[in-house]
Amino acid sequence: MTEISPPDVAVPVVLAVNGTDYRVAAEPRKTLADVLREDCGLTGTHLGCEHGVCGACTVLMDGEPVRSCLLFAVQAQGAEIRTVEGLADADGTLHPLQEAFWRHHGLQCGFCTPGFLMLSAGVLESRPDIGDDELREALSSNLCRCTGYQTIVEAVRSVRDAAGA
Amino acid sequence: MSWVGRSIRRVEDPTLLRGAGMFVGDIGGAAAVRFVRSPVASGLVRAVRGPAYTIADLDADGVGDIEAVLHRPDYVRLAQPLLARERVRYVGEPVAVVVGATAAEAEDLAEQVELDIEPLPAAVGLEAALAPGAPLVHPDESESNVMVAGEMATPELAEALERAHAIVELEITSGRQAALPLEARGSHAVTERFGGRTTLHASIQAPHMIRTVICDLLGMPEADLRVVAPDVGGAFGQKLPLAREDAIVVWLSRRLGRPVAWIEDRSENLMASWHSREQRYRLRAGFDETAHLEALQADVAANVGAWPCYPITWGVEPLMALAELPGPYTPEHYGARSRGVASHTCPMSPYRGVSRPVITLALERLMDVAAARFGIDPVEIRRRNLQSDFPHISPTGLRHDEGTYREAMELAVGRVDLGAFRARQHAARAAGGPQPGIGICTFSERTGYGTPAFAARAMGVTPGFENVEMSMDPSGYVTLGIGASPHGQGLETALSQIVADELGTDPGRVRVVASDTDRTPYGWGSFASRAMVLAGGATYLAAQKLAAQLGSLAAEVLEAAADDIVLADGRATVAGTSVGVEIAELARIAHHHTQRLPAGATGGLSAQAGYDPAGTFSNACHVAEVEVDPETGGVSMRRFVVVEDAGRLVNPMIADGQIRGGVAQGIANALLEEVVYDGDGNILTTSLMDYLPPTVAEIPDIEILHLETLTDASVTGAKGLGEGGTIGAPAAVLGAVNDALSHLGVELNEMPATPERVRAAVRAAAGSAPAGSAAGGPSR
Repeated sequence: MTEISPPDVAVPVVLAVNGTDYRVAAEPRKTLADVLREDCGLTGTHLGCEHGVCGACTVLMDGEPVRSCLLFAVQAQGAEIRTVEGLADADGTLHPLQEAFWRHHGLQCGFCTPGFLMLSAGVLESRPDIGDDELREALSSNLCRCTGYQTIVEAVRSVRDAAGA
Repeated sequence: MSWVGRSIRRVEDPTLLRGAGMFVGDIGGAAAVRFVRSPVASGLVRAVRGPAYTIADLDADGVGDIEAVLHRPDYVRLAQPLLARERVRYVGEPVAVVVGATAAEAEDLAEQVELDIEPLPAAVGLEAALAPGAPLVHPDESESNVMVAGEMATPELAEALERAHAIVELEITSGRQAALPLEARGSHAVTERFGGRTTLHASIQAPHMIRTVICDLLGMPEADLRVVAPDVGGAFGQKLPLAREDAIVVWLSRRLGRPVAWIEDRSENLMASWHSREQRYRLRAGFDETAHLEALQADVAANVGAWPCYPITWGVEPLMALAELPGPYTPEHYGARSRGVASHTCPMSPYRGVSRPVITLALERLMDVAAARFGIDPVEIRRRNLQSDFPHISPTGLRHDEGTYREAMELAVGRVDLGAFRARQHAARAAGGPQPGIGICTFSERTGYGTPAFAARAMGVTPGFENVEMSMDPSGYVTLGIGASPHGQGLETALSQIVADELGTDPGRVRVVASDTDRTPYGWGSFASRAMVLAGGATYLAAQKLAAQLGSLAAEVLEAAADDIVLADGRATVAGTSVGVEIAELARIAHHHTQRLPAGATGGLSAQAGYDPAGTFSNACHVAEVEVDPETGGVSMRRFVVVEDAGRLVNPMIADGQIRGGVAQGIANALLEEVVYDGDGNILTTSLMDYLPPTVAEIPDIEILHLETLTDASVTGAKGLGEGGTIGAPAAVLGAVNDALSHLGVELNEMPATPERVRAAVRAAAGSAPAGSAAGGPSR
């Protein structure tokens, strides 16, 4: 019979985030979002609802956009995690999506922005020629309270179009 | 080349795009604070058992109660404890507070706290609170739930209504809504071990004001508290009032001598932060033969919840309605009664537009219903009624400076090609199925007002002015400290454009410092569509002073007359010549070679300025096109056009962003968003699966056109526009829904127009006479 850890006693967890292995001690009940923010120091991943609705906490897990507030960190062991901190190049050059959000005014307060960037990155990497309607549907996964979305859609579309050109 | 008027990219963005912003929840290193909240809407607190602090601890430390004051005879003045004392008045009211090493531990501790509360009957919602014999929210202080009541009438109102050619009556209601910033509230306080000074980081809109009130409550000198609003993830009014929780976080950090933080979760935010806009308007309007609105009488009531908000008070919604209801129209006779009604629900705070979205909905429905009564087009009735002589003085004494009410409407209507739309609509009605509808909304947005406007409200404190401090350092870079507190609007970028033009420098050489009481002059923060006008105006005035200093210095250095010096492209040049000097060199001279300054001058380059205008009115026209399925009640947005006149646009891209975001909230307010309580006062909408902000699927692209009426009411010519999108969109959308179903006799006068309400209106129309229910009163 497998021994089950108590949920509130920390266990060793290894997370591969943005190409770096983070070795932390985290309670099994602790979410991936909380471990990224508190134990890995990667506070770019934001928490807007912790109900899995708003998508501010979206990160990529093996290339798939996931809600890091709905996953336990222990579930993410062995996967390649990518967060907003890993989006720009090592030399600081912004990712094309970051450039496009900047150019198109796709952010105001910036709280939802990391989630939208990671969602968009996941979508465009898996479906580089995604159609306009499908893209809109994919972006409806996340909430933004400031922009009214139009400029976010325009930003992501511009990156898709530039990559396909 | 002018920087003002250009859509330069925002200086705020690179940090945020990298995920390197600092929001309150990102600071860390603090014990976790969790509030234990009332599970009942009304009751007497018998006991609190468990590892928690209560009001008794605050009282023992001499912590004061909050007093949000209006100096009006009709205002019930209350003292609000930071935690419930003896009585709870809404579900979610904080009763006790626990501190744990981690958020999880704090939640575990909170669960150990036992609240012994004897439930009492509750008055939930406007009608319940107004009903005879309703349970009282503040029985010791007031014999009714009416906590503030304003009333006014012009002398001949009754006669004007009596002699009107036609009377239109209408009742409009708005559901309760939440501003819903994507980052909920939060605060983090550290008290220095030596010296005892406290630093509060909080997700707020007005750091200086919050510092003052917290120090008043805790009896501490303001110099001993630094308040910082770091990156703030949206606010929309919800982070303007004092949060009781923030004051308690400061108290705990000082009492415990350790860093503590409260990070509000989404359920708390929906249940117990602030709500808005639960209002009902009853209008009685008299029109003459030409369909001109001659007389308007209104009875307004707002459910303002269980406590006032500090410092705005719960008078803000009802009294704004009283003062601003005539809107862009010109009734000679006006009268209204407007009441703020307490109930056992979450307190009210201003939310983007405050009462104006509902004021505008009421007026625009009035125009549409009257147009139908007169058998004229909705555009035509507005042509006959919109302001066109300026300045226009409203019956309540508001001075409307020059605007483009009619021009904006004509431009918007031309854009959508109303004739072609009506042909499509005609065909759709013949075909059945989903029905297209179009709605027009014209409105004014009062913006950029300072002390004179706030003084008229008679608040216990009078907000108003904005000050800035500007200096140029020896390297030629400008630092601008402002009392405003931007949180996503892009104000830093826009102000840098104003500075760059006046000083002949580049916006990249301007650093704006905001939202830190240690580093900025006292100011009132960012709210009420004011920052561009007030902080922008003060920045403009300070930059002119600094430019004059640079001009004098350049004149000395270049041996020319100061009046001949032109600052442009980083150089001070003698007009009409190539003789000049780099501004950066002047800056160096001003600090490091002061022997070269004019006799009597002291070193340095700095200037201060304040600005405190009476206010100005922006205006806009929104046109919404929808499709409504009468079978399901579902409404989908098809098109949205905005013609906005906010005076001079400092950064058009930023202005458009404000409009688009505001419209998106307005559309959602009109169709989706509603805070719902059950009859016992339990809140049913405590997650984003129940309270429904829009996704991209519900929001169409917004087409924006601009008019630019320059006003002398704003020193930069800029008017405010932060709230306009949210003010106009609900009326346009509801107008469109009504238009889509007008052939069925539907009259829907309630927002949000959820599928349930649309279906109810369709059923009501099918079951009643075709005249409709809400527009009673015979034509005479």
